[in-house]
Amino acid sequence: MQRREFLKLSTMLGATGVLPGLMGGCSARPLPGTGEVRTSPTVCNICFWQCAATLYTENRQPWKVVGNPHDPHCNGRLCTRGSGGIASYGDPDRLRHPLIRVDKNGKQSFRKATWDEAFDYISDKMQTIAERHGRDRIALFSHGDGGSHFQRMLQAFGSHAYAHPSFAQCRGPREVAFGLTFGEGVGSPDRTDMTKSRCIVLIGSHIGENLHNSQVQSLTEALDNGATLITVDPRFSVPASKSKHWLPVKPGTDLALLLAWMNVIINEDLHDRDYVARYCSGFEQLAAHVQPFNPEWAYLETGLEPDQIRTTARAMAQAAPATLIHPGRHVTWYGDDSQRCRAIAILNALLGSWGRPGGFYAQEKVDLPEYPAPKPPKPDRDWKADVQADYPLVSTGISNVLIDHSVGPDAFFKGWFVYATNLVTTIPGVRKQLEQAAQSLDLMVVIDTMPAEITGYADVVLPECTYLERHDDLRNKPERIPTLALRMPAFPPEFDSKPAWWIARGLAKKLDLGKYFPWQDYREVLDWQLRQVGSSLKEMEEIGVKTFPRKTPVYFDPLKPVTFNTPSGKIELYSPSLEQTGHDPLPKYTPPQRPPSGYFHLNYGRAAAHTFGRTINNPLLFELMPENCVWVHPSAAAGLGITSGQYVRLKNPEGAHSNRVRVRVTQRIRPDSVFLVHGFGHTDQRLRLARGVGADDAGLMHNVKIDPVMGGTGMRASFVTLVRKEA
Amino acid sequence: MVEELLVTARFNPKIDPSLAIWSWEIPVYLFLGGLTAGIMAFAAYAVLAKKDMELPFAHNRIALWAPIALSIGMTALFMDLEHKLYVFRFYTSFQPASPMSWGAWILVLIYPLMILQTLSTLRLGYPRLAGWLEGLPLGNTALNLGETLRRPVAALVIPLAVGLGIYTGVLLSAFSARPFWNTGLLGPLFLISGLSTAGAVALIGARLGCERHFFTRTDIFLIGVELTLITLLIINLGTGPAQQLNAVHMVMGGEYTVPFWLWFVLPGLLIPLLLEIFEMCGICHYSLAASLLVLYGGYMLRYLTVELGQLSTWTNYAVQFDPQLLERLTP
Amino acid sequence: MITYAMVIDTKTCIGCGDCVVACKTENNVPAGLNRDWVVETTHGEYPHLSTEFRSERCNHCTHATCVTNCPTGASHFWKDTNIVLVAAEKCTGCKACIAACPYDARLIMHPGGYIDKCTFCHHRVDQGLDPACVSTCPTHCMHFGILNDPNSVVSQLLRSRNHKALLPETGNIPNVCYLV
Repeated sequence: MQRREFLKLSTMLGATGVLPGLMGGCSARPLPGTGEVRTSPTVCNICFWQCAATLYTENRQPWKVVGNPHDPHCNGRLCTRGSGGIASYGDPDRLRHPLIRVDKNGKQSFRKATWDEAFDYISDKMQTIAERHGRDRIALFSHGDGGSHFQRMLQAFGSHAYAHPSFAQCRGPREVAFGLTFGEGVGSPDRTDMTKSRCIVLIGSHIGENLHNSQVQSLTEALDNGATLITVDPRFSVPASKSKHWLPVKPGTDLALLLAWMNVIINEDLHDRDYVARYCSGFEQLAAHVQPFNPEWAYLETGLEPDQIRTTARAMAQAAPATLIHPGRHVTWYGDDSQRCRAIAILNALLGSWGRPGGFYAQEKVDLPEYPAPKPPKPDRDWKADVQADYPLVSTGISNVLIDHSVGPDAFFKGWFVYATNLVTTIPGVRKQLEQAAQSLDLMVVIDTMPAEITGYADVVLPECTYLERHDDLRNKPERIPTLALRMPAFPPEFDSKPAWWIARGLAKKLDLGKYFPWQDYREVLDWQLRQVGSSLKEMEEIGVKTFPRKTPVYFDPLKPVTFNTPSGKIELYSPSLEQTGHDPLPKYTPPQRPPSGYFHLNYGRAAAHTFGRTINNPLLFELMPENCVWVHPSAAAGLGITSGQYVRLKNPEGAHSNRVRVRVTQRIRPDSVFLVHGFGHTDQRLRLARGVGADDAGLMHNVKIDPVMGGTGMRASFVTLVRKEA
Repeated sequence: MVEELLVTARFNPKIDPSLAIWSWEIPVYLFLGGLTAGIMAFAAYAVLAKKDMELPFAHNRIALWAPIALSIGMTALFMDLEHKLYVFRFYTSFQPASPMSWGAWILVLIYPLMILQTLSTLRLGYPRLAGWLEGLPLGNTALNLGETLRRPVAALVIPLAVGLGIYTGVLLSAFSARPFWNTGLLGPLFLISGLSTAGAVALIGARLGCERHFFTRTDIFLIGVELTLITLLIINLGTGPAQQLNAVHMVMGGEYTVPFWLWFVLPGLLIPLLLEIFEMCGICHYSLAASLLVLYGGYMLRYLTVELGQLSTWTNYAVQFDPQLLERLTP
Repeated sequence: MITYAMVIDTKTCIGCGDCVVACKTENNVPAGLNRDWVVETTHGEYPHLSTEFRSERCNHCTHATCVTNCPTGASHFWKDTNIVLVAAEKCTGCKACIAACPYDARLIMHPGGYIDKCTFCHHRVDQGLDPACVSTCPTHCMHFGILNDPNSVVSQLLRSRNHKALLPETGNIPNVCYLV
């Protein structure tokens, strides 16, 4: 019996009162693991940490998934979502067949199609776009491993424009800021060396609620070793509760605090003078720049006591160079995010943590050759010059900008491929544009494993199978220990879903681009690649994870000179690149808008149980956290006359309402702010667990601030009030 | 300022948000068990004290109702089990520390005595039924046996019936985990209540003036004792540790104050007490109403006790999520 | 009696609920039922706050009232240990054990009609492994071992750190301890 059916049957027995007793149930249930147990290696795909894991089946049914002990991403332990990932295989709501939009008597709906039909439809439309407008007019939005196959296919076709929303909606500001300062970004896994840190400073980061596995492990290991934790957050988050210092900063004023810290550290001579002298440029300008920003000034902006600012600055300096001011992960907040991340980078440089133990280590990946295949022809022009000319410092796609350039009959983009990203809730402030783009685009293809609101706009929906049913590229990330991890299927693809490589190759063949995919099964690619580095697919199917020795040093060698990938070859505290492109070369603080009377700062964040909106429908994770709550301070709640457990709607100053959401009155948040976990409020009716539950914060963001340096969407500058649900 | 809540959703059926493992089946069983104990005790007393003239109903007719009441009660108990096919497991072992195990085996002892006691009264109390029984094979033998053993059985019944009555209360009071129940007064209270309800049944069935007089007087005394024990119980809980204070608050200002005092004590104890006193004084003759109210009060006592015990708890975590959402998992 | 204990460090517990999910998958716990869960306790008033997270489950008490109150012996101690198991084939579904547990929610009603509960993953303990929850905890804050052994991790932790158990005044002697 399928596991799902068994569960349904057993709970049906429970539901009918008298019946279960009479039917007796099973007397001695077999203990777990006593049946036929099989294992296979996989790489978890529930978030982007991509931990290597072992999938266990018992009697051909999914049993559990456990971390691979040899993988430094997880050290043998999967996180909450990883452990629950196994339920994505059996989710009854997953996409099963290719769907094509049809218009019958003015009513639109999706009809089931075969893969051949879907490929024909898509390739026809693509050819039409190519004939009418050009081959470079299709954009790819992608958030996941399989996106690389579609990228290859589109590049072969002639379209090179792509965007990972993880840039403009998430990590972009820190990658750009650290790139400008140190010559390299932070990367993923983040190059933070927390196990050795003596002092860790979290600016708004809530590690422990965002659950990037080895990040959390290294933070708690640092705490176990007595490291001092300083958390700057308007909310008493999980790490705040483990911090020696919690700074309940006023939302939007973090940059003021960072500048004040620089002021204290420089004026009290607490910075690493040797490090600054050897590796940095622009110190004098920086020192002069931060003079006005003393703790007393910062107090007026942030609400934080000057004493606390000084104490924490000194604590940071005392532990240096093993002091990490964490760059954060999702940092698109107020529109000046690149500058705030620059301030964090500068502070780290002042304390000498970049390239030192307890600070930031150097990343290295495995030198894995690409499978020999024809390279897609180089484009004539850089699409970014046409579409993103305002952002010369950005070398990747800015999703919201690409969306802007897809609206209207004269838009640059005529077609979209959207892979594994629910643009509707991912990108704030673009819902109108998405609707308009859906009208004006000639083609929209959405590839995903689950129904999502974005599929409602698509012409064609293609079902990808879950990570438990497919091969993907070997995991090879720049990190501390170069590692390869294999994802291989534990089950054949369910229903008519397919792996991304199969879909991209099938489409390529329809477009006569098959030569760019010169293999039949992706196993050939993987095996070939592995043989180039002294392994094989067979070996990896046994061990799952293989580590390789580093060839470059982890930290700076104090005896050797270091060159940085910046124009000057030094760490640029003062950034001439920013100056030359018309931006502030040193971070400038702009006071944030205050909420209108009766409104609160709208803060959002993560919960350990979910990965944004994509896991809400996962039965195991839904069971853990079925809805989000809006956190309200007791004084605010008293003023509004609401109590915990009641349901309210959130309303923004433009009158937009959210779905009903449960109230949690708690001391753990500033009185001027509210907080809720992002990812809820799904409207797609096919998500039978997630539909209509909780509030969607993204739909309330009336005040999306665009970062002038990297074009990202700052999402924390919006305000809401709470309205009692009448009905 | 303490905020304590469940981070992960938890809604274990019958347990969250508060214990709901026993609904009407257990109070019915406890009520009928107590009634049975009382009936058997009065029937045995009538035999031992040779009151066949003064208490003919108790001597000859009331005993039949014991096996009827107990069997209905046992059926209710069976209905409560979730794993009914395994009911025989009560009788494949004896767990000395478990009051419920004691109860299972006490009933094994009670049934034969109860049958014998009933048989001993059939020819006198229910001649037609006795006549039908005599028609069955071994029927005559059974009736003779019952009559022969009438006195020894009655002697054994007294302690066993008292045991049964007290046991229905000890069954609950032994649960240290349930603050409202965890008081030694529950056993005696349920015994007295059981006797009182049996007295009410006797009042309904008795025709002879002096028997009615006896049972009215006895019942007045029993209700008086019951009220005293309830008062002591409230005092006991009200002067106990935190979890008992919380438990007693449910009926002294909390949600169950009105049901306890207005729907139980008043109509189930005070009003029948008054009616019976008036009966004694010859003011009025509402003994049927009084009897029915006593029976109602007996059931309500157990119903409220079972309910309040489940609600009283040592731990209590607030929830963050709507439990109804979890129903989406099992459509 | 060999006493198995679980020691959980609240200083590093982040309340992520991984233990809950791992238990569900390892033990095929039916949907809607939980053998373990996470509780959060916050003291103080803004901005002077402290929050503690606790992963809770059956405490496998040395004097388990659920075992003493079970009329059929279904609720019993496994071998010569304090691990409390319920033998489904002896369970009548009378629910006395549920009423007998002062901690509530440790014993739960399986849809099959018998009692279900945390077993300290005795099927894993039998093979020398830790319970699933302990094995998966991403912050390594959960520890498991034998209290009678003074050199076990749990014994050492209880000796060297301040700790508490839940409701010790019940007299049940719970064996899940929290380092504070």
